[in-house]
Amino acid sequence: MAEIDPRLIRFSELVPSGANWSHVLKRGTTLRLESLGDSGNVSALFYNFELLNERLNLPDTLKCQHTARLTAGHCLYSDMGRILVSITEDTCGWHDPLSGWSTESGVASRYGHRTYQEARNEMRRNARDNFLTELGKYGMDERDLAMNVNFFAKVTADREGRLQFHEGHSKAGMHVDLRAEMNTLVILNTCVHPLDTSPHYAPQPVQLTVWSSPPPNEQDVCRVSCPENTRGFEITRRYFL
Amino acid sequence: MSHLVESLLHPVDAVYEYTLPAGEPWMQGIKAGQTLRIVDLEGNQAADTLFYNAHDPAERYSAQDTIRAQGSLYLGAGTQLMSTRGNALLTITADTCGRHDTLGGACSCESNMVRYAQKKRSMHACRDSFLRGIRQWQPGWTKRDITHNINFFMNVPVTEDGGLTFEDGVSSSGRYVEMRAEMDVLCLISNCPQLNNPCNAYHPTPVLILIWP
Repeated sequence: MAEIDPRLIRFSELVPSGANWSHVLKRGTTLRLESLGDSGNVSALFYNFELLNERLNLPDTLKCQHTARLTAGHCLYSDMGRILVSITEDTCGWHDPLSGWSTESGVASRYGHRTYQEARNEMRRNARDNFLTELGKYGMDERDLAMNVNFFAKVTADREGRLQFHEGHSKAGMHVDLRAEMNTLVILNTCVHPLDTSPHYAPQPVQLTVWSSPPPNEQDVCRVSCPENTRGFEITRRYFL
Repeated sequence: MSHLVESLLHPVDAVYEYTLPAGEPWMQGIKAGQTLRIVDLEGNQAADTLFYNAHDPAERYSAQDTIRAQGSLYLGAGTQLMSTRGNALLTITADTCGRHDTLGGACSCESNMVRYAQKKRSMHACRDSFLRGIRQWQPGWTKRDITHNINFFMNVPVTEDGGLTFEDGVSSSGRYVEMRAEMDVLCLISNCPQLNNPCNAYHPTPVLILIWP
């Protein structure tokens, strides 16, 4: 898969395991998430930075693309029918939109609680609290929580709807590219997946790279992947007119 | 989650009864211990539903917490409807339909433009009904307070390879779902006006709402 031309890179940053990160991803740039360990997980929320009550709407995203998984060619839609980011490249193949965030009680009951006093920055954090902390920095709160994506995780459902978490789905070095179609507030953390079946608490770090990417052309993989996305790109274009 | 459980409650004992036409919102408080029943009167009608903690509405229904708590995508008898804080809002105690959706969300003017055509923007949609419902109930509430809902009587199957479709409902005339409030809740329903897909069999119809003490 494509190496990023070093001349296009705006910055690169390591997010340690269990940590928080946020950034206003500008239209015309792409964010690469690269998992630095096996079985990584990145829990993420997305908002229109100009209208913060416009946010990622996963039901709209899934139903308009007839999918319960996310990979290259898919777009992440806001509740206003616009595309916040599109997935232009993916070496992992399946990202989970179903399972939501890890919680304080979930992490404590599965792995045991570990505070900052005991463990310094190895304390055990959870995605829900991390989201709220990061949202707070933008004046947002619990009312702004919505369904989140878990990148690098795979959860399938059988005929009866029973969920299965696929242990070991992602490997170190896999990456996914998120191209901003709007100025998108990205709120993410590297906490463990809430359905992770490993008995060991082992969140993984992720390398983030933001780079200048060309605007989507008429044959863009995300634009042409379904007629819904062609309309979604047009609706998004009109927002900027 | 597909087993059918009939209710032991009788409509004559209900303290509240209301027939909600298609395309209208309904919002009502339900006390802890009370039971809410929604009846699909004519069949294949989606009832888009949200719940809030009545005393602190920042705590509200969470589709992902509900799915994760039961380890399963579809809602039915025994499902606990979970909040964004991981608390049980209500428990489904009876269900003669067998499967309800919480992944498909509510229709909106904007998503209809994406899914069908730009010109569908003017068609009535659930999220407009939700906005009408909440502003009558609570001035100051906005789209921010509209989260991802339950679609009672709707069938949105997910395949093992990650496909998702909207299929004809598994519901039919007279089927119902019943749930007991585990805390004081506010219930917001949009009786779905969607005409672009089979979620209402292309013919939106009323639902009956009953509450028992």
